Amino acid sequence: MFSKKFEIFLLPVISVFAAMLVGAILIFSVGENPLVVYWIFFKNSLFSLNGIGYTLFYATPLIFTGLSVAFGFRCGLFNIGAEGQLYIAAMAVTLVAIWLDGWSAWFIIPVCMIVSFIAGGIWGGIPGLLKARFGGHEVINTIMMNMIAWSLVNYLVVGPFHREGTQILETDFIPEAARIPRIHELIPIIPKTLPLNMGFVVALLACLVTYLILWKTRWGYEIRAVGISNSVSKYAGINVNKNIVMAMFIAGGFAGLVGISEVMGYRYTFHDSFSSGVGFIGIAVALLGRNHPVGVILAALLFGALIRGSLFLDLNFDNLSKDLVMVLQGVIVLFVATDKLFKKLLSYVGIRGKEA
Amino acid sequence: MWEVLDLELFASGLRLSTPLILAALGGLFSERAGVVNIALDGIMIFGAFTGAVVAYETANPWYGLLAAMLLGGLVAHIHGIASIRYQADQVVSGTAINLLAIGVPAVLSNALYNSTTVTPNIQLMLPIIHLPVISEIPILATLLGKYSILVFFAFSMVPVTWFVIFKTSFGLRLRAVGENPEAAETAGINVYLMRYYAVWISGLLAGLGGAFLSIAHGSSFVNNISAGRGFIALAALIFGRYTPKLTLVGCMMFGIADAFQIRIQGVIPIPGQFIQMFPYVLTMIVLAGLIGRAQVPAADGIPYAQAK
Repeated sequence: MFSKKFEIFLLPVISVFAAMLVGAILIFSVGENPLVVYWIFFKNSLFSLNGIGYTLFYATPLIFTGLSVAFGFRCGLFNIGAEGQLYIAAMAVTLVAIWLDGWSAWFIIPVCMIVSFIAGGIWGGIPGLLKARFGGHEVINTIMMNMIAWSLVNYLVVGPFHREGTQILETDFIPEAARIPRIHELIPIIPKTLPLNMGFVVALLACLVTYLILWKTRWGYEIRAVGISNSVSKYAGINVNKNIVMAMFIAGGFAGLVGISEVMGYRYTFHDSFSSGVGFIGIAVALLGRNHPVGVILAALLFGALIRGSLFLDLNFDNLSKDLVMVLQGVIVLFVATDKLFKKLLSYVGIRGKEA
Repeated sequence: MWEVLDLELFASGLRLSTPLILAALGGLFSERAGVVNIALDGIMIFGAFTGAVVAYETANPWYGLLAAMLLGGLVAHIHGIASIRYQADQVVSGTAINLLAIGVPAVLSNALYNSTTVTPNIQLMLPIIHLPVISEIPILATLLGKYSILVFFAFSMVPVTWFVIFKTSFGLRLRAVGENPEAAETAGINVYLMRYYAVWISGLLAGLGGAFLSIAHGSSFVNNISAGRGFIALAALIFGRYTPKLTLVGCMMFGIADAFQIRIQGVIPIPGQFIQMFPYVLTMIVLAGLIGRAQVPAADGIPYAQAK
């Protein structure tokens, strides 16, 4: 029989394997060989320096969105709005960076980073405010905010801020001073084509900050208390509503940091619909990572590898597209939610004691 | 701009309320039995996809309709297993369904038709009903003259739902497991089974709502076809305080808002993207206006562990 601690690792691993099994059935049913498909997945994401670099690159925004969703969950809030929050923030970063053209990097980079956090935070904070003030359902409201964000950034990139002389839906490029270094500029052995950038380091720092806030400050304690029980927290004198608004603001802020790795570190412009569901995959990342920063990093690496691998599906298989990742993550969320099933299985095979 | 505020707006609003009504009534069954169904949007997408594919492959929209319903029920059953049998967090389980609804249709559509975003146009759409006498009378003809058969079905489901929920013993038991499952079980009601029934019905109806979009209102499945309608339906349900009549009012309000944003585009000098936001902003305002008034079934969203 394993300890509770071991189970914390075992259950997510089982969920992932079970999800890949379901994925295999889907792959098989569209007429491809699951083993070959999964081999292609991991060969291109894990078995070369380049592949690992790309895995880290794709994991970066997922760490931000995973943290975002996890932070909300810790306060008992379900943030499905990371997708909208990151779009708004990416647009805000782009526009502010262009506006600050001419300033030195020492000024422009920190300002843009703060802008990305605040822009995402505002977009997340509005549903938080509506929840605290009016009891508005944050799940529905964050979804609505996604819809509004898509329309808003689409308007901006099609209309007033569209870069002249191109059909691509992009804004002007941000100035050199607003760009953060790629990793290969710092470590020479890394291939020059690799878009992995300092955003990854920012993501790791964000995890550290999250850990410190939630477990080492009084405020983090309050947030977790509200997440466990609204009524008990209220009785203990905690301002529940204030914590709800702040938690949603921080959650939105973390999602907004995607603007750093995406705009300041990779594209140097706002590209319409660049995210392709990173905000939603953050839900799977948070749940699989048990809403803990370390878990979020591990889960983000897994999904980073899956996204990297999925890009080779379109090339290698007629009947498969990269959307397979969305399927896998949906199944993973389902299995993480039904962990009672796996606990039962574990106790059947004798690995786990009976439920009390 | 006032010329868009005519009878045609109302008629178009009724059409666009239809998927909302079907999904919201589905949600009503489920939530009245104590199972939060945030998966409505995903089930609609699954229904829309299945409806379009089967209607195209068989060249018969009725088969598409049937398949969409059944698949809606099946997808809802997955949500049911997770949230009833394994007492999963119902919002998380529903979100899993919504995530699957982004990926699965894209993968299958790619395998079937080499396009991840759109299926081929169906040959035949569901029939439009021309009411015999009414379609001769000038004003009434615009208002009620010709609608897809699903529009009539959706509106007639409102009194049916009211009757089933409030006037039958099935409805009484369904509400009992949503208000106080312990007491219901003591009274000999099979809580799990009642909740499964409710979730199945919600899946059938939401699946139909999705099929309306792909084989009655439109003629193919396109990416993001629901455009968040499942969530708007939930908002209408909350607005309607979980009663069929008021939920209908909510759905019609959102349906007309949707029709309004479509018809006003190009008429007033506001960019289309801002006009498209209107139904979503309205949803948020409506949800915010409900402070302290929403009467959620007491055991809604709380997993229940049956004695045996």
